[in-house]
Amino acid sequence: MDNLNKKDKAQLKELKSPMAVVDWAVNWFRKQSIFMLAYGTGCGAIEIPPTVTARYDAERFGVRGAATPRQADVIVLSGYLAVKTLKRVIRTYEQMQEPKYVIALGSCPINGGMYWDSYNTIKQLDRYLPVDVTVAGCMPRPEAVLEGFMALKDKIQRGEAEGARDYRDNIEKYKNNQKEIFGDKMLPGYTCDWYFSDGGSF
Amino acid sequence: MLFTIFNSLLAVLLTYSMGMLYYGFYRIGNARIHRRVGPPLWQNVIDNIKLFAKREAPGHGIMFHLGPVIMTAGTITSMLFVPFLKDSAWLQGFSSYGNLILLIYLMVVGPLGNALAVGVSGVPFGVMGVTRGLTRLIGLEVPFFLSVALLMSGSGTISISEIMMAQDSFSNWNMMAHPAAFIVSLFSFVGMMGASPFDVVGAPVEVYSGPQAEFGGKYLGFLAAQRVMFSMVKLILWVDLFLGGATNVFILMAKSFALFFFYFIVGAAFPRFKTEQAVDFMLKLPLIIGIGAVLVRFWSL
Repeated sequence: MDNLNKKDKAQLKELKSPMAVVDWAVNWFRKQSIFMLAYGTGCGAIEIPPTVTARYDAERFGVRGAATPRQADVIVLSGYLAVKTLKRVIRTYEQMQEPKYVIALGSCPINGGMYWDSYNTIKQLDRYLPVDVTVAGCMPRPEAVLEGFMALKDKIQRGEAEGARDYRDNIEKYKNNQKEIFGDKMLPGYTCDWYFSDGGSF
Repeated sequence: MLFTIFNSLLAVLLTYSMGMLYYGFYRIGNARIHRRVGPPLWQNVIDNIKLFAKREAPGHGIMFHLGPVIMTAGTITSMLFVPFLKDSAWLQGFSSYGNLILLIYLMVVGPLGNALAVGVSGVPFGVMGVTRGLTRLIGLEVPFFLSVALLMSGSGTISISEIMMAQDSFSNWNMMAHPAAFIVSLFSFVGMMGASPFDVVGAPVEVYSGPQAEFGGKYLGFLAAQRVMFSMVKLILWVDLFLGGATNVFILMAKSFALFFFYFIVGAAFPRFKTEQAVDFMLKLPLIIGIGAVLVRFWSL
């Protein structure tokens, strides 16, 4: 297949055991087919339409839109996140099916960006959700967004895009961080019950 | 018996691979219309395998699990009662035991089973999608029944194999012999294939993909696989009924692709109807042509 580039072939030659080849193949299929849930939170929302339409055509890399969180592989958070929005984002993320990935666009989810002293936006997204790829810029252009997808694909192929596993293993840490900003307006327990080994202690 | 089982498996494999190929063409064709490069031809297969490789899938009890299974079973059962080739022992399935009336019944079993599963999930978007789907079905089925009734009375049989065998030359193809029935059936065909202007039920931007809203992972994989197979069953049925059938797989592919291309062009050219508009449309022009043709037919008997 044309999609097996030189890098893929080199990786394949290095694999020793049959199970490693199976894992590699499964990851190859995962990276070649990415259903994207574009969560337009800030100014980055306007960068997504040109990324997926005629000008930049993300579909040639196997990236296409997903209609619902159940069907999506990656959630693209495009910009600043108000506390109220973050609640919806966490709920959406928890509805997605593993393996699932998060791409954060722009400076705002990394360090607050131009909203660094705002009272109602979060400053560091990776305290609340496991971010796999961040694309810096204010705002990153579609070329940079596509570059972010390429970085995610590389990560998936290497088997390192395991943010969902990290979220499950460290659910107490993430929920405590979330509680710090939500206070008594925390998400209902049933959205994350299944992450806890004792059936929901939060 | 072993030969029949082997034949059935072959039919499943053939419809899956042909369907994935056609829908790969569909995606590339649409991309070219948008002046894009588009995905590779085998992108649908990659998507399908990826869906089966997801580690999780949401569950809502036994009925939810059974929905995609009933849908797939409905598709495969319908497939087994459609003869793929004429003058051949291959790819006949159980078509000698069934007929057109049984097939019409079987073709709606899957969607009804899926409707139950969506209802169990309790997702309002899914339930809205199912309601829209079943409403649309009323519009699509009436002209389809009329065209099939015309065909059965014109051919004097309800057996698909016999209808296919009777079309021995181009002038005897039912699209030439019964043009009114063919034209009426094409309206239903485009709707049943889910092309614009009748695609309000499952289009990605319409109430979040309609009946499939809650299905992810392996469930969506099943539904995607059965969708392409069911589309192939419909294409092959139309080839059998109106395009003179096929004596080998290559002719089958050529004829079914011609129909698929028609569906693709119509889908690419027309904007989307709302559900009620779709039903209204189907109950106007196609119904009038259908009833007119039936009256002429019985007048001439």
